[in-house]
Amino acid sequence: MAGGGASEVFFKGASQRRDRRWALVASYACLTVFVIFFLFPPYYMLVTSLKTNAEIAALNTNPWIIEQGMTGAHYVHLLTETAFLTFFKNTVIVTVCVVAITMVVSVLAAYALSRLKFWGSGLLATGIFLTYLVPDSLLFIPLFKIVGALGLLNSYWSLVLVYPTLTVPFCTWIMIGYFASIPRELDEAALIDGANHMQMLLKVFIPVALPGLIAATIFAFTVSWAAFIYPMAYLYSTDQLVLTVGTVTTLIRGDVFHWGGLMAGALLAAAPPVILYAFLMDYYIAGLTSGATKG
Amino acid sequence: MSTQTAMDSGRRAAAAPPGGLRRLMQRRSTIAVMMCVPLLAIVIGLIAYPFLYALFLSTLNKAETKFVGLDNFFFLFGRNTFWMVVYQSVLFALTAVVFKVLIGFAAAHMVNNIPAKGQRKWRGMLLVPWVIPPALSTLGWWWLFEPTYSAINWVLEQFAAPAIPWLSDRFWARFSVILVNVWFGAPFFLIMYLAALKSIPEELYEAAAIDGASAWQRLVHVTLPMMRNIIAITVLFSIIVTFANFDIVRVLTQGGPRNSTHLFATYAFRLGIETGDVPLGAAVSLFMFPVLAVFAFIILRNVRRRAREI
Amino acid sequence: MAGVVLEKLVKTFDRTEAVCGIDLDIADAEFVVLVGPSGCGKSTTLRMIAGLEEVTSGAVYIGGALVNDVPPKDRDIAMVFQNYALYPHMSVYENMSFGLRLRKYPKAEIRRRVAAAAEILSMTDLLDRKPRQLSGGQRQRVAMGRAIVRDPQVFLFDEPLSNLDAQLRAQMRTEIKKLHQKLRTTTVYVTHDQIEAMTLADRVVVMKDGVIEQVGTPHELYHHPKTRFVAGFIGAPAMNFIACRLARNGDNLEIRLADSLTLAMPTDRAARYEAHAERDLVLGLRPEHITEGGPGNGGGSGAALPVTLDVVEPLGRETMVYFTLAGTELCGRVSAETAARAGDSLTLSADMTHMHLIDPDTGAVL
Repeated sequence: MAGGGASEVFFKGASQRRDRRWALVASYACLTVFVIFFLFPPYYMLVTSLKTNAEIAALNTNPWIIEQGMTGAHYVHLLTETAFLTFFKNTVIVTVCVVAITMVVSVLAAYALSRLKFWGSGLLATGIFLTYLVPDSLLFIPLFKIVGALGLLNSYWSLVLVYPTLTVPFCTWIMIGYFASIPRELDEAALIDGANHMQMLLKVFIPVALPGLIAATIFAFTVSWAAFIYPMAYLYSTDQLVLTVGTVTTLIRGDVFHWGGLMAGALLAAAPPVILYAFLMDYYIAGLTSGATKG
Repeated sequence: MSTQTAMDSGRRAAAAPPGGLRRLMQRRSTIAVMMCVPLLAIVIGLIAYPFLYALFLSTLNKAETKFVGLDNFFFLFGRNTFWMVVYQSVLFALTAVVFKVLIGFAAAHMVNNIPAKGQRKWRGMLLVPWVIPPALSTLGWWWLFEPTYSAINWVLEQFAAPAIPWLSDRFWARFSVILVNVWFGAPFFLIMYLAALKSIPEELYEAAAIDGASAWQRLVHVTLPMMRNIIAITVLFSIIVTFANFDIVRVLTQGGPRNSTHLFATYAFRLGIETGDVPLGAAVSLFMFPVLAVFAFIILRNVRRRAREI
Repeated sequence: MAGVVLEKLVKTFDRTEAVCGIDLDIADAEFVVLVGPSGCGKSTTLRMIAGLEEVTSGAVYIGGALVNDVPPKDRDIAMVFQNYALYPHMSVYENMSFGLRLRKYPKAEIRRRVAAAAEILSMTDLLDRKPRQLSGGQRQRVAMGRAIVRDPQVFLFDEPLSNLDAQLRAQMRTEIKKLHQKLRTTTVYVTHDQIEAMTLADRVVVMKDGVIEQVGTPHELYHHPKTRFVAGFIGAPAMNFIACRLARNGDNLEIRLADSLTLAMPTDRAARYEAHAERDLVLGLRPEHITEGGPGNGGGSGAALPVTLDVVEPLGRETMVYFTLAGTELCGRVSAETAARAGDSLTLSADMTHMHLIDPDTGAVL
């Protein structure tokens, strides 16, 4: 098995070409195993969501394939007779607001921290990194009291207040990386061309760092959509719930045969981030790894 | 600032009008500070202050009427469940991270070995678990582990192997939580390590090959040293995230069976929100902080030192 | 009037003085080149003129007005950067018009100016391209176009040709010179390449360690350098320096080199050096004044130098020869048709009318 990425350089002769092909086959085989491992749960969720209740309950069928005909009944039931669409609406509202807030705060702060050196800028940059030491599972309790004091308990607006703690630090960090990679001469050319700081940010920095912006937006979206502990702690009424909590807590009924609907709900709730990812995968990955190559 | 200006103007008689330069500088840093105010508001108001508030909360009694000092902490020290939580949190964090690193590293190498055109497709498929909200994908795993209908047990059955009590046996419940955690988190490592692998210059491998290094030696003497930084950073982040994990345990086992899968987060939720003893819940969750701080300090110091070397 | 005047200009970074009090008077429409080795303060000086660096003390005047506190955009200057600094997300047209758009010039005016600049730089068909689709030379021309459309009082060039290959550099040098002849805008140009300085400048300012060594026309700098540094910096290959002793021989002065080789002092210059007789000095002689063969080369004062050649470098139009004299390696220039090879013994002729004597303690040319 070849280690490192320089395999092509070393395999020239015929026997080495055979080695190389064997190594390639081994790689593909391993990758297939990995892909099966990573994709079988969502696959199974999909299969279950399309099965009839009878088939799900029957113990003698192969659970991995649909033998008795597909049905969309679970999805129909989900969309028409549960509060799923309410959850969806709430989640969209919260996510859109949080993404907007996050991007404005992060971009402004990242521009100031990467370009306008001022007293304490280094301190603040380190401070952002340190916020990772205070995870949501620590903050949710004191914030519970604070949100209560603000009268926002059991309202999804509490999430709009609290989610930026999850998204802003990382998004700022991403944007600082992208802004820092813009050569200073571009600033100076813009200065001489007559731009003030706002114009420089809007007309030069943002367009040039657009990939970073897209990556940060996707990240903020995905995190907001998937957040779980905060809505679990702060929301009670069905009409206020977001998708993650709503699917987990309300779609489980007492009887055994709710699995089809539950899987349908889980898949539909998970769909937006996955679709976003499918289209913008490269930006997402680039944003995540922008720190990897610089360390 | 103004005394400085007066001194400057005295010194530079032939030059700029006094204060003009200072004004320019002030304007720039005022803009900068203003741009950072929202960030500061969030960091101070929603992170730093709540953290300090949690410290204060943990010293109150359940009704929050009087100050009881460290009683909550001593109470926890006396509870067996609490020590189980400590053990489980550490076990999960370390075990899960080890496997995530190994799988992520191996998968990254595999992807890097295949021709560049196909890499994107494979990488895309392998990252899916990380994109699905963990609370929702854990629902799928919960269904996969369901005692009567477990599809995995069905497969085991086909090979005449005994069915596994995934969620009702202490050992298997912990195994399941770690498994789901690894399944969810390994793709992140894959992505980061793949990017890091690609950034290692080819010349290093070529020089090593000319020096006579085998594939294994190239891995140990070229790949690993170049990736030290990124490995350190990813391990740090993952330890923190796994240690503070809530979603997976909550959905899969709710901390059971018999508290054998409770982590700090779920236990704090149980005590703080479900039974309404907020100060006790705060005390539990605060235990996470010192451990995380220590890890962060160690790894950060290593990373900084190495960054200076390069 | 768009002259630039620098008065006692000082720039300090932390504890280091990068520019140590320079005075310079640049006339309207003049092309002045700041030249010197890395770290001599030339770029810092340019950036202070541009307003990109704050002045520690001293004054900068552009067009007669004191501009120390004036931000770059209000100084009516335009700058061409070493790395082009083109906005990667904008087309060539948008790059060139950015400054005008920010200043809210009417669209028709912008179009006219950009078209005119593109015409001058032969870039009219590139206006829709993005920078990443252009070659290095084209990008540099866009950077110049961006400066031209602003029609400023002063052009500032910061080592614009350093990133280009040798052939392109020579081509662009000519274009810049033609541009100046056409537009007659005051220009301050920074480079470390003395060839660029000599070919482009009306006047050259040689800088070293934050101070001005000498200001003068290329001709003055070449023939009448004031310090050893300037003498050695201007001209390629560099001037030869040999330790010598100015000795008295009866009524005449002669230059005695270490291995008892004596060169006669040309009579018309003797008077200048009377005061320094019997001193150890440094003799400076350019390679082009050490030639092959008899007194026919270089006129009357061809002193004979018998040498053994170490290295022979044929350059096509001439051949450079390297030899050792008085323990120092020297360089001479012979014609391309020479039959000389490494190891040959040859008698070269030194044209002493062009020699310089330098005080080894002060570095001043006597």
